[in-house]
Amino acid sequence: MASANSSSSSSVFDVAVIGGGLVGSAIAYGLRGSVESVAVLDEGDVALRASRGNFGLVWLQSKGYGMGAYSHWTLRSTRLWPQLAARLLDETGIDVALEQKGGLTPLMGDHEIEARLAWVERLMAQPGVEPYEWKLLDHHQAAALVPGLGADVTGAIWTPHDGIVNPLKLLRALHAAFARGGVSYLPNHGVEKIEHSAGMFHLRTAARCIHARKIVLASGLHNGALGAQVGIDLPMAPQRGQIIVLERTRRLLDTPMVTLRQNDEGSWLVGDSQEDAGYADHVTTLPVLATLADRAVRTLPALGDVRAVRAWSALRVRAKDGFPVYEQSARHPGAFIATCHSGVTLAAIHAFTLAPMIAAGALAPALDGFSTRRFHVQSA
Amino acid sequence: MFSRLEPPAARTVRITVDGASIACGEGDSVAAALLAAGIDACRDTAVSGTARGPFCMMGVCYDCLVGIDGQPNQQACMTRVREGMVVNRQLGAREVKA
Ligand SMILES: Cc1cc2nc3c(=O)[nH]c(=O)nc-3n(C[C@H](O)[C@H](O)[C@H](O)COP(=O)(O)OP(=O)(O)OC[C@H]3O[C@@H](n4cnc5c(N)ncnc54)[C@H](O)[C@@H]3O)c2cc1C
Ligand code: FES
Repeated sequence: MASANSSSSSSVFDVAVIGGGLVGSAIAYGLRGSVESVAVLDEGDVALRASRGNFGLVWLQSKGYGMGAYSHWTLRSTRLWPQLAARLLDETGIDVALEQKGGLTPLMGDHEIEARLAWVERLMAQPGVEPYEWKLLDHHQAAALVPGLGADVTGAIWTPHDGIVNPLKLLRALHAAFARGGVSYLPNHGVEKIEHSAGMFHLRTAARCIHARKIVLASGLHNGALGAQVGIDLPMAPQRGQIIVLERTRRLLDTPMVTLRQNDEGSWLVGDSQEDAGYADHVTTLPVLATLADRAVRTLPALGDVRAVRAWSALRVRAKDGFPVYEQSARHPGAFIATCHSGVTLAAIHAFTLAPMIAAGALAPALDGFSTRRFHVQSA
Repeated sequence: MFSRLEPPAARTVRITVDGASIACGEGDSVAAALLAAGIDACRDTAVSGTARGPFCMMGVCYDCLVGIDGQPNQQACMTRVREGMVVNRQLGAREVKA
């Protein structure tokens, strides 16, 4: 990772991004070139960091139920992803192992199939959803994609847009690009206070004060508290996810599933639960892990003798309704906020579409639906 | 080649490593037995195929993986030798038969 550039300590940055997780890093990456100087302020190693504990899906199906625009935004990101992966490889030599060969949501029994089918049809019928190819596969069709598919999997929803990356390599590649591309990465710069005067933002950290003309709040679960300092009222609701990692084996599974994938280096990830557990990301729980493991073995019985090597839990960064939030502060123009629940999937559109809007100083009207105004509709 | 700091245990146990019979001290870990027999590359990495051998000897580096009695990916440093044990050097990642 790039270290703090001491010569910049007294200067003014064009844009300071608060948070060096996947959201802040993708935005900072996309800002290079369009603005002179970018800083990324990050905490130390104590932070809650979804970007280091996620499942690594680049995933479209299931996104946008209740907000059609989110489906469309996600679709656009999945289309931009090959370009992001290619550019990162070219600029940093790091292959983030993007594979977009389609993905499956395995379903067990008629009840799950009917419920999921009806759900997907409602999702696709919403205004704002750009139609895309998807299919309900029967067991045999799914088994053609998944060698050794368990008999319990009686169907699966498939789309060609879904895929995977190695999320740790993605974060590393973005940070490696900072080192080459003039982004100052400042670890141990937790922002405590944001002040705004005379068109300039002053970010107070324990060590010093950073000045910038524009700021982007991308501090994950801290965005609620930091947003309040720039007049954005963002209700957050962390959601815990647990993941089990199985030992590496030769590659068997090429088509990822929403709860089971094999990564580029052969490790298996079994995931990932959705629990309301407040900010407790330091525990894993046996009932949840047992349920995940049981479903994985029913999906692919050969995994029965592949050993687990570790398990962890991490907190998803979520606004109350689960959809992304992008907004420029009305009270402090120049302060932008970005929060989302799928920072891997959306990394490409954050870099190539959102970042240029921030550089230009205005979010496109198409993003209006992602503002926090949706939480503050007057109640009757 | 490694040599023992202390004289070997009084009793000897025989194991088979890639078909060759090796005499080990009772109580040796498989990793120690391999090193004492001059076998320092017990596996190839799953990703690049680079040769690796026991490094930490205490269960954390996973560089000592071997097959033991038909079970792949066993940590040689965390397993004690047993009379008749069959050890195989592990070449590349283990396979899952689907
Ligand atoms: C179990 C699990 C599975 C997931 N699976 C997927 C998936 O398959 N696909 C997908 O697209 N997404 C997935 N996600 C979601 C994805 O990981 C998150 O959307 C994404 O990582 C959020 O990135 P972030 O940068 O907003 O947050 P974080 O990774 O939390 O980063 C926030 C950063 O801000 C810093 N920070 C916080 N406060 C301050 C401050 N005051 N000053 C300076 N810096 C600060 C922190 O140090 C941290 O580095 C998953 C999440 C979890 C938990
Ligand atoms: S030598 Fe390190 S785990 Fe065995």
